[in-house]
Amino acid sequence: MFQSPTVRTSFIFLAIALVGLLFADIAITASNPWRDLGNFFFGVVTPNFFSNEGLMTALLRTVSFAFVGVALGSISGFLLALVYRWLPVRILCAFVRAIHELFWALIFLQFFGFHPLTGVLAIAIPYAGIFAKVYSEILEEADPEPGRLLPPRTGVISAFLYTKIPDCWVQLRTYTAYRLECGLRSSAILGFVGLPTLGFYLESAFSQGHYSDAGAMLILFYVLIATMPLWVKPKLLPAYILGAPFFLGEGLPIVWSNVGRFFTQDIVPSPLRGEEGWAGMGAWLGDMFINQAMPGIWNTVILTQVALVATGIIALLAFPLISTHFGGPVRRTSGHVFLVIMRSTPEYILAYILLQLWGPSMLPAVVALALHNGGIIGHLIGRQSSTIRLRPDAPNGLNRYTYELVPRVYRSFLAFLFYRWEIIMRETAILGILGIYTLGFYVDSAIQNIQFDRAMVLILITASLNIGVDVLGRFIRRKLALQTMPTC
Amino acid sequence: MALNLIRKLMVSSLFCFGAATASAETFVFTAIPDEDETKLVERFRGVADYLSNELNVDVRYIPVKSYAAAVSAFRNNQVQLAWFGGLSGVQARRLVPGSEAIAQGVEDQAFETYFIANTNTGIEPADELSSLEEGLQGKTFTFGSKGSTSGRLMPEFYIRETFGEQPDEFFSRVGFSGNHTRTLRLVEAGTYEVGALNFQVWEKELADGNIDTDAVQVIWRTPAYPDYQWTIRGDVNERFGEGFKQRVTEALLNLDDQALLESFPRSGFIPASNDDYEPISKTAEEIGILD
Repeated sequence: MFQSPTVRTSFIFLAIALVGLLFADIAITASNPWRDLGNFFFGVVTPNFFSNEGLMTALLRTVSFAFVGVALGSISGFLLALVYRWLPVRILCAFVRAIHELFWALIFLQFFGFHPLTGVLAIAIPYAGIFAKVYSEILEEADPEPGRLLPPRTGVISAFLYTKIPDCWVQLRTYTAYRLECGLRSSAILGFVGLPTLGFYLESAFSQGHYSDAGAMLILFYVLIATMPLWVKPKLLPAYILGAPFFLGEGLPIVWSNVGRFFTQDIVPSPLRGEEGWAGMGAWLGDMFINQAMPGIWNTVILTQVALVATGIIALLAFPLISTHFGGPVRRTSGHVFLVIMRSTPEYILAYILLQLWGPSMLPAVVALALHNGGIIGHLIGRQSSTIRLRPDAPNGLNRYTYELVPRVYRSFLAFLFYRWEIIMRETAILGILGIYTLGFYVDSAIQNIQFDRAMVLILITASLNIGVDVLGRFIRRKLALQTMPTC
Repeated sequence: MALNLIRKLMVSSLFCFGAATASAETFVFTAIPDEDETKLVERFRGVADYLSNELNVDVRYIPVKSYAAAVSAFRNNQVQLAWFGGLSGVQARRLVPGSEAIAQGVEDQAFETYFIANTNTGIEPADELSSLEEGLQGKTFTFGSKGSTSGRLMPEFYIRETFGEQPDEFFSRVGFSGNHTRTLRLVEAGTYEVGALNFQVWEKELADGNIDTDAVQVIWRTPAYPDYQWTIRGDVNERFGEGFKQRVTEALLNLDDQALLESFPRSGFIPASNDDYEPISKTAEEIGILD
């Protein structure tokens, strides 16, 4: 068994996670976690849709920010995809997508303040980086044959529009629509840092223990995402995109001098601003590295590795829920509902909920990351498993699962898992804002102390770590010859 | 078709930038989110209405999600007035030259932090923090917000001074609950064994009957220090007319709506000055929150 490279890799990662568990801070510190969890579920089944006057506005804003952000991101991403061959463009894109939407929002908040532009750019910029990469991959795989059949002296643009685009159109559209769903999730969590989307109200309802209000918001959000195929129609899209900018709310006016100040003063390392100059930089960086970056990186890596393996386990357990090889239609439908809830709840919100209920430790973060990502991968490989045709005399039950299906989906399962490795790490870092001691905790502390120079260095470190894991993940996928399609 | 769509997108994004530039001259203020949001919104909408009547300008309150967001909004001139804590006020006034502390609550001259403990810990109240060393060591502990004076700065100062260790060395687990109400709830529920909070929040919740005194009790009170204050930007007169700062100050000092004051809770507002907060500034420098 251990001769198989995929199995060997799996066990190496399992071992790393088990060692990580020894160092990880896993605990339930709440004295009555089950009562709180019970209260929460009671709130979800007794939702109160009329508690908050702002709820409908918040939903509208959530959708608007998603539309405008994803639209801008997809246009810029498309343009970048055309020049993606150039190394500087690739590096730029890798860099902007390595920084999480919430970090972008925290940066823009410092100089645009509570202006809609903050939320729009926080989505558009990282999404542009992702769109550029995926679009360029799609365009690259286009069939070159139609291009060869064009008459000589056909212009580059015409050739592109008449040969490449028609071939890739469906894939481009599918991916963009899929990204819109991710955009809705991103938009919702921007509320947690003060933008007027759903997260804003969800955070206050939760922190005050108004679980019925929070339940209503979560239900509305699930309905919004589950009904997307009904209201996101190609014909209606132009109307949505044209209309959305008018529903972002007016926020507060931008004071442009703040932008200049941010870039010329705030983010300049404090020794360079003072008298110390470059001589003081060593001590400044050293101090930050030892007291903030190192513990942050350590915790981020440990949490990521544990969460990665937990995600894998959840995904393998969850995929039979929707696989046609198990259970009847009733069980599959409930399985679908369950997986939709798991993957449409942003991990940030899940982690927030669990932290409130169980108290602070890495456990809520691991569970949140595993449920969300496991839900996504479980859904994908569950769907894939349904396309497998078994022999009529194939075994049933546990044997069917272990001997027939798991081996057949295992490679694509690993592919998805390694694809999401970098995404899990990006989320892990951001969960620090909630009080788990990952890099996000130190970024948030620096921002709370109005030390944006420190915050920027820590964000750069976070981005480099993500890029590193992304490269490693791609290396492993190539080594194992795993192929996958992008997920968010 | 695709080009057409792209063109429409460009136009709509232009609208998005354009829509924001039009905005009337509104006097905007904010406050640090130190308590449950519903309470804050209720309280400061009342203040906005009151100020609007007194000053004859549109007054708007915007809620924010963190202490730093309040300071940034003030610094960026998106708000011109703010109800800050001691520390956030010092941070804000350092960043905005010319800004001034204009009024503080009567209680803010001598503010206190209460250390509270879940009764399951068996820690008994004491007059000296040092005598609690044995009971507190190795317990789990929560501050309020990272930027709070009564919920973070002062308790951290006294922990360091008394026990000679950083909080995360002295306690087994240190957290930041986010605000004072949450600190109270978390210690009451036992999620954290010990916590530190704003004494006014404790007293008000106690008077309103919202505390299970069998589950949580005050174990130590800090010496007094100056805390909350209204801080205004130095350039408001240029924007809202000569003497505007004076009018805002007087409006705040004359506020005698009992229900509104009760919601703070303060018995009234009295004049304040930047120098009143020098002790806070020194303490913050000492523990490295301010450079």
